[in-house]
Amino acid sequence: MSSSKHPASTSFKAPDSSSLQLNDQGKLRHFLTTDGLSKQVLTEIMDVAESFSGVAEQAVKKVPLLRGKTIANLFFENSTRTRTTFDLAAKRLSADVINLNIATSATTKGESILDTIRNLEAMQVDMFIVRHADSGAAHFIARHVAPHISVINAGDGRHAHPTQAMLDMFTIRRVKKDFKRLKVAIIGDILHSRVARSQIHALNTLGVKEVRVIAPKTLLPSDTNSLGVHVYGDLKTGLNDVDVVIMLRLQRERMGAALLPSEHEYFECFGLTEERLSYAKPEVCVMHPGPINRGVEMDAAVADGPNSVILQQVTNGIATRMAVMALTMGHYATGKSS
Amino acid sequence: MGKTLTSVDIDATIKAMGVDLAGLLVQREITEPLMIGVHTGGLWVAQKLHQALGLTKPLGEIDISFYRDDFTRIGLNPQVKPSQVPVSIEGEDIVLVDDVLYTGRTVRAALNEIFDYGRPNSVTLVVLVDRSGRELPLQADVIGLKLDLSPQKQVKLTGPAPLALETNRN
Repeated sequence: MSSSKHPASTSFKAPDSSSLQLNDQGKLRHFLTTDGLSKQVLTEIMDVAESFSGVAEQAVKKVPLLRGKTIANLFFENSTRTRTTFDLAAKRLSADVINLNIATSATTKGESILDTIRNLEAMQVDMFIVRHADSGAAHFIARHVAPHISVINAGDGRHAHPTQAMLDMFTIRRVKKDFKRLKVAIIGDILHSRVARSQIHALNTLGVKEVRVIAPKTLLPSDTNSLGVHVYGDLKTGLNDVDVVIMLRLQRERMGAALLPSEHEYFECFGLTEERLSYAKPEVCVMHPGPINRGVEMDAAVADGPNSVILQQVTNGIATRMAVMALTMGHYATGKSS
Repeated sequence: MGKTLTSVDIDATIKAMGVDLAGLLVQREITEPLMIGVHTGGLWVAQKLHQALGLTKPLGEIDISFYRDDFTRIGLNPQVKPSQVPVSIEGEDIVLVDDVLYTGRTVRAALNEIFDYGRPNSVTLVVLVDRSGRELPLQADVIGLKLDLSPQKQVKLTGPAPLALETNRN
């Protein structure tokens, strides 16, 4: 897939966030971006995720909460891990899941998406999980669905990947307990990373001490200064005294050839090795949203090392997605408690 | 809510429940029960009973929010706590403790959750208050006190220290 065919934010209206995401009682209706959501909402997601993490320890790894609900995984862009964990999360909530992998093409955007949605609505689908190569796709769908339907953004272009950000926040909270004193460094391809954007919003809302980004200039977005981060050009100074390191994947599929000289050279400057990790605090935790390019973003020794929480992120992803699904599906409740 | 039922001595009631429960367990030939309290009020009562009976197996706690039958009506309770059942349920004699038995829906949800952890040998139900208004065919084995209340009347346990029963003014 060529990224030049899908320039970011052209086909859909620029996303406006909180008004669309919350219902008139301030409850989460859709989950599209971490931008604009309050600390209270983000904390609630993590609290509920904490409760759901116990479900995996039951003999029957299921709760009946969404029994009888139908959830459609709409993946206009490939993904294995994200789709699988959404699938598992829905099944552990007892929902019925349909997985649709829809190849996208430049000429059939917009209208064809709405047609797809209308057809699935006619099949009484209650929730859409949407991944799309264009920024704003999930917002676009959220604006057009019936009132009882929730939309969760599973990654849109360069814009947002809020469930990934929240599973990362949840993982950080489980390891570090509190956000207040943390210095967090995000390393790598900030320019193409929807994950980084969602993480930066969430980290700042949750009140960490400092968010740093460490990247070559060519992989920084032009609006970096407005994101509320400190920018570092090298690992040695950038990693000094940090509590959490978040590595990003090099997104070759979204990248023109000119941005990086070579993967080898990238690793020489920005690859995470054990030696470089020693600049950070000894109890630093190392994260990566996956899939890892071993030897490009980080050494295998670091990925598999004692500071790595990469596989915990995967486990926590299920509980976090269960939480987001349960909270958004509960928004339409109108009746009274018995 | 507001009015505290001052006529009820909660600690004495729980103490009497402990005696009743101990007798019932002997009668049923249960020597090592696994006690589980339902969040939040049931857990407070369970903590006192667990101590009074000197039970050896650690106290379990469950939050039935994920098993409620009114999710589509009231949504998710955001104060949901993780359930913790410290040992396997399989083959255990469960003592399930709740504060108020009313419609029976909470007990129904708790039983469903327990069975998702395994197949217990038996379940004994202990409640502090048995109030009128049952909607399901469930009854408790050990009861602290019975209250005959109109449907508009609510009763709830406040705590954890001191424990008190509160009703709304109606």
